[in-house]
Amino acid sequence: MTVIKTKIGRRSFLKTSAALGGGIMIGFNWLVSCKSLNPEQKGVSIPKEWFDINGYIKIGDTGMVTIYSPNPEIGQNVMTSMPMIVAEELDVPWDHVVVEQGVLDEDSFRNPQTAGGSNSIKRGWDPLRMAGAAGKRMLLEATAKEWDVSVKNLSANNGVIKEVNGSRKIGYGQIASKAVGIDIPKELSLKDPKDYKLIGTSQKNVEGPKIVTGKPLYGLDFKRDGMLLAMIEHPPAFGMKVKSFNKEEIKGMKGVHDAFIVDSTYSEKKWNGTNAFPQLIAILGKTTWQVINAKKMLRVNWENVSELETSEMHEERLIKDLEKGEIKGSRKDGNPDAAFAKASKVIERTYTSPFIPHNPMEPMNFFADVKENSAELIGPTQTPKAMQEAVSSLLNIPKENISLKMTRMGGGFGRRLYLHFGLEAAAISKKVGAPIKMVYTREDDMTQGTYRPAYRSVYKAGLDKNNNLIAFSVKGVGLPAGPVYPNRFPAGTVDNYLAENKMSYTNISTGAWTAPRSHFTAGAEQSFIDEVAEVAKKDPIDFRLELFKKAINNPVGKKYDYDAERYADVLKLVKEKSNWGIGDSSSNKGVAAYFCHNSYVAVVMEVVLKENQPKIKKVWCAADCGIVINKEGATNMIEGRIIDGIGHAMYSELKFENGSSVHKNFDTYNFIRHDQSPSEIEVFFVENEISPTGLGEPSLPPAVGALANALYKATGTRLYNQPFVKQLQMSMS
Amino acid sequence: MASLTLNINGEKKQVDIDPNTPLLWVLRDELDLVGTKYGCGLSQCGACTVHLNGAAVRSCVLPVSAVANQPITTIEGLSEDGDHPVQKAWIEEDVSQCGYCQPGQIMSAVALLKNNPNPTDEDIDLAMSGNICRCATYVRIKKAIKKASKL
Repeated sequence: MTVIKTKIGRRSFLKTSAALGGGIMIGFNWLVSCKSLNPEQKGVSIPKEWFDINGYIKIGDTGMVTIYSPNPEIGQNVMTSMPMIVAEELDVPWDHVVVEQGVLDEDSFRNPQTAGGSNSIKRGWDPLRMAGAAGKRMLLEATAKEWDVSVKNLSANNGVIKEVNGSRKIGYGQIASKAVGIDIPKELSLKDPKDYKLIGTSQKNVEGPKIVTGKPLYGLDFKRDGMLLAMIEHPPAFGMKVKSFNKEEIKGMKGVHDAFIVDSTYSEKKWNGTNAFPQLIAILGKTTWQVINAKKMLRVNWENVSELETSEMHEERLIKDLEKGEIKGSRKDGNPDAAFAKASKVIERTYTSPFIPHNPMEPMNFFADVKENSAELIGPTQTPKAMQEAVSSLLNIPKENISLKMTRMGGGFGRRLYLHFGLEAAAISKKVGAPIKMVYTREDDMTQGTYRPAYRSVYKAGLDKNNNLIAFSVKGVGLPAGPVYPNRFPAGTVDNYLAENKMSYTNISTGAWTAPRSHFTAGAEQSFIDEVAEVAKKDPIDFRLELFKKAINNPVGKKYDYDAERYADVLKLVKEKSNWGIGDSSSNKGVAAYFCHNSYVAVVMEVVLKENQPKIKKVWCAADCGIVINKEGATNMIEGRIIDGIGHAMYSELKFENGSSVHKNFDTYNFIRHDQSPSEIEVFFVENEISPTGLGEPSLPPAVGALANALYKATGTRLYNQPFVKQLQMSMS
Repeated sequence: MASLTLNINGEKKQVDIDPNTPLLWVLRDELDLVGTKYGCGLSQCGACTVHLNGAAVRSCVLPVSAVANQPITTIEGLSEDGDHPVQKAWIEEDVSQCGYCQPGQIMSAVALLKNNPNPTDEDIDLAMSGNICRCATYVRIKKAIKKASKL
């Protein structure tokens, strides 16, 4: 049992009030409460804004518990797993719980109500437990007062409070309204993980029934009476800007309400304010089809404002800046140059990956209704608060007057961290003076940018005559930022180590894409390690375990970023579960392990050749994300990111000609499909009592490395350049 | 503009519309049936899959004039209470992540099972490969189709 205090200074994390319709509302703070339990954060001064309440639970007089999930739902299933945490500590049966999407609070709290960085569960863990525990405690106190007994003589279980040595019992719903006015407990007891009844079980997606019956859940489904439909045309190439267009002709088309050039440039710049095309043509009309037709009739004068780039140029820049690019982040242990010079064997390999779009199935869209001094925004966003602030800056309307409602998102993968689509919708609504829903076509979406950057890294390893790894270096560069994490594995495991992360440049806009940088680096590093193990005549898992042993017992240099024991443990678990090295020696298995977003994932993949084409037969995965909240949901996350990792590394790329993406829709852009997906994935979790960390991303990066290593076993070809299918076609033809 | 009678989910609907309008936009914009999704507009992703005379078709490239008076079923009309065996199997296997593509996946799966009540893995791959799932729930979709075939 953990006992925690509910106050920092004089302020409580919790507030209560009577609920509309009977019962009690318990509000809790998201960020403060989780910071308070983190020993590393002791002594941090907390800005007072953080004390605003932004998550709520409601215990109704029927005993139903409504949990307002403050975080956006992007498909990672936090609308199910976060309320499970509350329900565990509140001690209510799961079928008494309903979940609703919270809105962005209009108060000025500084809270990351954000879906990104695999952080929702990690950040939510403490505040959600506290809210549930506070609710239970207050219901107990209200009952004690009502019956004139001590709280010690009461027990709470499955939504019912009972007298320990008596026969009286009462449901949460019957006592809930009496808990209004009970003082917020000064201390709360949280359950021991051993006593969990709900956490660690499998509960189904709370929105599953709505999804399979086609209910209007997504931004694209939203409608408002009197709303106009808006579509945009952005420049056809990075480096171009709109000058003029056949406005009168377009405005004269059937069903077209208006057409104009709109500017969504705003003054207050943010990291996710990336937008290559702030000036757009907007066309408004009644129906989507009429506006699509008007869009096809556009004749636009574009002007060149910067260089029109090509894929060949990108390759030249990456080669040049891998040597000459500005270093942003590095680490050096020992004397790598000297160690390489005396090594018996030196292996050097270069890895690349292309630009990749996010391509969520639901294209960018947003609803905006801008009035003189207020605005209403509704749509899919991973960063609602940043969106509200950016629109406030764009429209010069106080953010208190801007409401933002989050819809379920038809995927994001990082794409909806960015702000431009909400800004564009707001700018269009303001200019036309009506409520509008702005919708991108697939082509608008795939050619707009914010791509995963293109990367190039060179890895080098030196082995002594006994095949010990004595030197290791990695230099990586990206367009525009490099992929290297200097303090991650194998930092700490090699006496002579160098890592350099370098910058290049591009006018193509780039952004965070599932497991940023890790998706490429894990693939490159883990296939390089595999090749080094082979040269050293060692089993690839044993070779890695030897390195982790060194990091545990005799670490090199300053602190490294990972926990070597947890890293080694996922490898050991996947080794056992995949029967690695046992039985059929002709089976083509590849392995990889990676740490990112505070979680550890190891993957073994088995590839068979079918009519001379590789097919992934089976995948085994071992993950350590601390305590698993919803086992089935967590497994689903892991499976999806593994297939996603395989798909993008194997098939996907975006090539450029004259500043323009050559691929504009799914007819030429290749994407993993049913028949290319693995037949079976088995997922295993390390069981421990460590506070939970993210799962939205961490299984994607190791899938890339395991794929490359399994494909090598099956085909004899080492894969250095994504998409792998191109290199395989070349080598297999 | 043309006045057309559509037979959607067993109901007759009258629409006055440009006859070239793809069925997808008639469903979404005119009839408030937004379960059928837009993904690509080129029949490449399957998010817009509906049934025409019981067969799976891509509504994003199907002019509404070509389907007047013919029975069309959308995800909303698949069952009264979301209890079609394929919908139930989707819930039981907890298939969805973002969920956006799933109505299209379900419509393709229902059409497959109608013609082939016990599909093999290869049959499923063949019938379903026109439906992209960006969250990559493919393994679960396959399990759900097999489960539905037994319900």
